[in-house]
Amino acid sequence: MKDSFTITDFSVLQAQLDHVPEHRVLAALARDHCTGKDLAALLSPAAEPFLPQLAARSREITRQRFGRTTQIYAPLYLSNYCVNRCAYCGFSAGNRIHRRKLTLDEAVAEAEILRRRGFQHILLVSGEAPAVLDVDYLEAIARRLRDRFAAVSIEVQPLDEDEYARLFRAGITAVAIYQETYDRRVYDRVHLAGRKCDYDFRLATPARAAAAGMREVGIGALLGLSDWRAEGLAIGLHLAWLRRRFWQTGFTVSFPRLRPAAGEFQPLVTVNEKNLSQLIFALRIFDPDVGLILSTREEPRYRDGMLGLGPTRYSAGSCTAPGGYSHEDHDGEQFSVGDHRSVEEVCRVIRSRGFDPVCKDWDRAFQQVLEGPGTCHLHLSVGGCSCGHKSIGNYLEIPGLLRPAAGASPPSTQRVEKIQ
Amino acid sequence: MLTIADIPFSSRLFVGTGKFASAGIMRQAIEASGAGMVTVALRRVDLDNPEDDIMSHLDRERFHFLPNTSGARNAEEAIRLARLARAATGTPWLKLEVTPDPRTLLPDPIDTLKATEILAHEGFIVLPYINADPILALRLQDVGAAAVMPLGAPIGTNLGLRTALQVSIIIEQARVPVVVDAGIGAPSHAALAMEMGADAVLVNTAIAVAGDPVRMARAFRQAVESGRDAFEAGLGAASTSAHASSPETGIIGEDLDFLQEEA
Amino acid sequence: MQIICNGQRRDLAEDTTLAAMLAMLDLDPNTVVAEVNKKIIERDQYEDLRLRDGDRIELIRFVGGG
Repeated sequence: MKDSFTITDFSVLQAQLDHVPEHRVLAALARDHCTGKDLAALLSPAAEPFLPQLAARSREITRQRFGRTTQIYAPLYLSNYCVNRCAYCGFSAGNRIHRRKLTLDEAVAEAEILRRRGFQHILLVSGEAPAVLDVDYLEAIARRLRDRFAAVSIEVQPLDEDEYARLFRAGITAVAIYQETYDRRVYDRVHLAGRKCDYDFRLATPARAAAAGMREVGIGALLGLSDWRAEGLAIGLHLAWLRRRFWQTGFTVSFPRLRPAAGEFQPLVTVNEKNLSQLIFALRIFDPDVGLILSTREEPRYRDGMLGLGPTRYSAGSCTAPGGYSHEDHDGEQFSVGDHRSVEEVCRVIRSRGFDPVCKDWDRAFQQVLEGPGTCHLHLSVGGCSCGHKSIGNYLEIPGLLRPAAGASPPSTQRVEKIQ
Repeated sequence: MLTIADIPFSSRLFVGTGKFASAGIMRQAIEASGAGMVTVALRRVDLDNPEDDIMSHLDRERFHFLPNTSGARNAEEAIRLARLARAATGTPWLKLEVTPDPRTLLPDPIDTLKATEILAHEGFIVLPYINADPILALRLQDVGAAAVMPLGAPIGTNLGLRTALQVSIIIEQARVPVVVDAGIGAPSHAALAMEMGADAVLVNTAIAVAGDPVRMARAFRQAVESGRDAFEAGLGAASTSAHASSPETGIIGEDLDFLQEEA
Repeated sequence: MQIICNGQRRDLAEDTTLAAMLAMLDLDPNTVVAEVNKKIIERDQYEDLRLRDGDRIELIRFVGGG
């Protein structure tokens, strides 16, 4: 599939959110399969009076698809070096903060702390500075962590498909990459220098990660940069586009929200908790299967209140500065944490609300991927294997394929050389 | 406008040519159906009774021919029939049928996938006939199928859309046209398939064995058109509870008191 | 010589062409497709292809089908 995702001008998206009649909101709430138009109705101002009903529908769908579980993960900040100058971020190259990159041993030590706290899923985060933190480093970290955790994901600079494939073979199973804003004009205004200025390259990144075989890809927008309703619509369209092309990939959406704080970047657009909730409910109704992530940017009261209503994954006990778990030090943070509770406290609250905090949802041991280039085992002689290798040549060589139908053909498990 | 492999079709009803009482009735029925694509099968010539060539009754200029591989029990036989069909018609269009069980005539998913990949690689425009298995439909698209043809019910049973739920999943996920094939026994079945969003339907038995095949063909034509119109017009959502046509309040919602107004 | 056509044994004169055989069977070459020893023969080859003793020929045509 050679096409790439494109988003229309933000003003066109915004037009779809205006003048939505009430009956369209009610129709969207009643439908089993929502279209883009339904999503627009749910995101529109017309849907605001129906927020409790959106919540009820979102809760119903979430319970049906996810049961009463909430996944728990922790971020692990590897480095806050960054070559970009993003107006909104603590790591911006222009900011005077204490810069640090963890050595492999330091990173493993941080990870060990998290593992002892019970986390089985960690998210490796870094600023974008390829000269400082490159794919070799990530590959090395992945290899050291893969056997300690059920799932290791990354949220780093956009990479090529080959680089993602390398990391996948090394043990990374998921990639998070947020467009920050789908509004091209605002994007150009807030990304002042660095490779991140390339809107299109970033926009095509989730597709590259999925094509490389990542089990899960996370998208999202930084709420507060542009009209959040239009961002929601863009996220939904992006998600639907990705799902159609990468049907074997799981998807998640995150909702990092800029909030006014003294001395920090002021959001260009106000996004309050009601707005955030409407966005979450609308996306849940639009896509019943997408994972929805609430990080510790949000307050305990809000996170607790949202349990079961749509979000399915929570971070806990987070520190957003490199090395912050080993040394309780918040110098050089990416953002101020809103929920400072420990993972034990968060899990206790989750249980008290009748939900089961889940630290492990997938075990990499089920993945039939060998490290490095070389042979791969085909478990079915048909149509390729889970590594994504093209197999057209493979089974034409398998003896017994083109054989008269005297009795059923036995299944063949063959070792086949990887086709370049 | 329906397009398959970049070829446009003004009619979303495809018709099979089997089981008709006579070639004359077949021709009139196809005419009445408005179909632009007809399927044909390949068989050994009976040397003692060489029958009338079916193609002499069908105008090559007016109809798009879709040879099928009916009779094939495995990928090898289907591929062989496909190559014969291409030699005979000069076109690469193919309805791939791999049916090892002569009693049910249900399609073999594994050999269908194998044959599709090989034939697509050889340049065929492959329309595989499958059980309504959404994952299989996706795998077939990945290896180059030009459309997918999930069954509504086994061939010849006229049982309608028994597989409606899976067909709707296939339609939702498909990147190629979805043609519901087999089991369509009445115009209402065809209309339902179109209302669900199918791109086309293929009907054979229901027309050929009807009391008045020509009239039945016309009925199917109308059903396919009306079903498609309804789909494009935007059907209202079905629901198990009543929703008044006038706005109403009082739908029970969640307690959202935990939300704070200020950011 | 003897050939097998559609499963039936038939005696033919040496060097009979495929086209000639079809004419003998009263078949219009444009309505059939021929396989000789599992190989599909293009229509423009019918006049040139000389059959040999033991050849297995399949003559296939389109019939009605769903």
